[in-house]
Amino acid sequence: MNSERSTIIRKKDLSLWERMYIPEIVKGMKLTIRQMFAPTFTTQYPDERFQPPASFRGRPVLVEENGVERCVACGLCSRVCPALAIEVQAGETELGKERYPEKFEINMIRCIFCGFCEEVCPEEAIIMSQEYELAFTKPQDALFGKDKLVVPIEKVQTRLNFLRANR
Amino acid sequence: MNIIEPLVKIALILLINLTTVAYLVYTERRVSAFIQNRVGPNRVGPMGLLQPVADIVKLFFKEDIVPTAANKFVHSLAPLISLIVALSTFAVIPFGNTIHLFGRDIKLMIADVNVGLLYLLALSSLGVYGITLSGWSSNNKYSLLGGLRSSAQMISYELSMGLSIIGVLMIAGSLQLDKIVVHQGNYLGGFLPAWNIFLQPLGFITFVVAYFAETNRLPFDLPEAEPELVGGYHTEYSGMKFGLFFLAEYANMITASAVITTLYLGGWQFPFIENFGFSPLAVSLLQVAAFGVKVALVLLFFIIVRWTIPRFRYDQLMNLGWKVMLPLAVLNIIITGFFILV
Repeated sequence: MNSERSTIIRKKDLSLWERMYIPEIVKGMKLTIRQMFAPTFTTQYPDERFQPPASFRGRPVLVEENGVERCVACGLCSRVCPALAIEVQAGETELGKERYPEKFEINMIRCIFCGFCEEVCPEEAIIMSQEYELAFTKPQDALFGKDKLVVPIEKVQTRLNFLRANR
Repeated sequence: MNIIEPLVKIALILLINLTTVAYLVYTERRVSAFIQNRVGPNRVGPMGLLQPVADIVKLFFKEDIVPTAANKFVHSLAPLISLIVALSTFAVIPFGNTIHLFGRDIKLMIADVNVGLLYLLALSSLGVYGITLSGWSSNNKYSLLGGLRSSAQMISYELSMGLSIIGVLMIAGSLQLDKIVVHQGNYLGGFLPAWNIFLQPLGFITFVVAYFAETNRLPFDLPEAEPELVGGYHTEYSGMKFGLFFLAEYANMITASAVITTLYLGGWQFPFIENFGFSPLAVSLLQVAAFGVKVALVLLFFIIVRWTIPRFRYDQLMNLGWKVMLPLAVLNIIITGFFILV
């Protein structure tokens, strides 16, 4: 038993009182009975919803400012994405930013919520939101196009503040 | 006329027993949830009170799968044996004193057998057949191991159980459960009810431990130890056949609580009730209520113990059974005999 690689952890043998077992059971039962009256941890999900903290990485969204998305379609997010979930096609625009994403698609089945796209984005255009209810019934539903991704800036302000505070 | 009375009693007891089983499962789930700081079933009906109904309906509609290699007859027979044995033990348990209703004296037990204690021991050990046969007939190694463990466990603990009952028998001087309860109606020194738990605490402990092993409840639930044996003896059971095993386990628990109450906690005795001056009918009803409360408390004890103590290892179980419980039970007999002589 006590070879070179193993060590005895138990410091002392159990006392007679402990070996009688019954008193120890009573001790354990006191603990469980006390726990019965302790508050529960459960969140009653559909009735109560978990409000995630600002550091939470929910589904990635595109920030919309003054009616236009910030994204300039540089494609860095698509490059960095370890799960190859993002597809960007750039197009020209008359606006000051000159480029805009003609197509921006995130495959939410592939997305692993790592937040690399958010970190790499030079324009703070793609950020992780606090939404976590992402269930689909069809795989096609999991392809989030611009219609679902673009979100007004007011809705993601907490995350933006968090990002700036912890840059 | 004579046959109607027992039939009514049987129907009543079956009804109460099966409802209690259903709500015992609910209670166990709720209590275990509270112990683990969870909520437990609270969706079906107010506070989840209709959960047992939903469970039973679900079990009825599940597909009943019998393995191809199983012995079909025994496979169907085993859950029936378990349940019938679990329920019929209740036949000899007195749940109240004689009650005067409709101009007749009605004894509140189904069968006043003069060897009630022996009947009880015999039936509780018969329950192992259901488990062993189910393990054997499933033709599955895990089931078989579960069944074998169960029979070994029963044989080991039956001995200490029988020996601890002898203490009660020596005090009461009768095998009739009713007489044992009546005997517990006296008082020790005028203030302590002469329940057998106070007269022989050692016998009480050995009996309760042995009965835990007998009902396959948690510290001794090796026949269905899920981390080792998948599901144990009921691995190959599904649908209502599994439901019958489930029912039998909880019915056994109720019977066990009733037996512990009858033998050690004074049965239907309500201490000092004669001092309050109630009418005879009220006294009888209060005694039935006292029995119910005692059984409920023992059931709660069963549940809390299950969620407190981890499972024994097999060798520890055998060591405890043969090297500790058996000598203690014998010691209890010797002590009781000594006190009776002195």
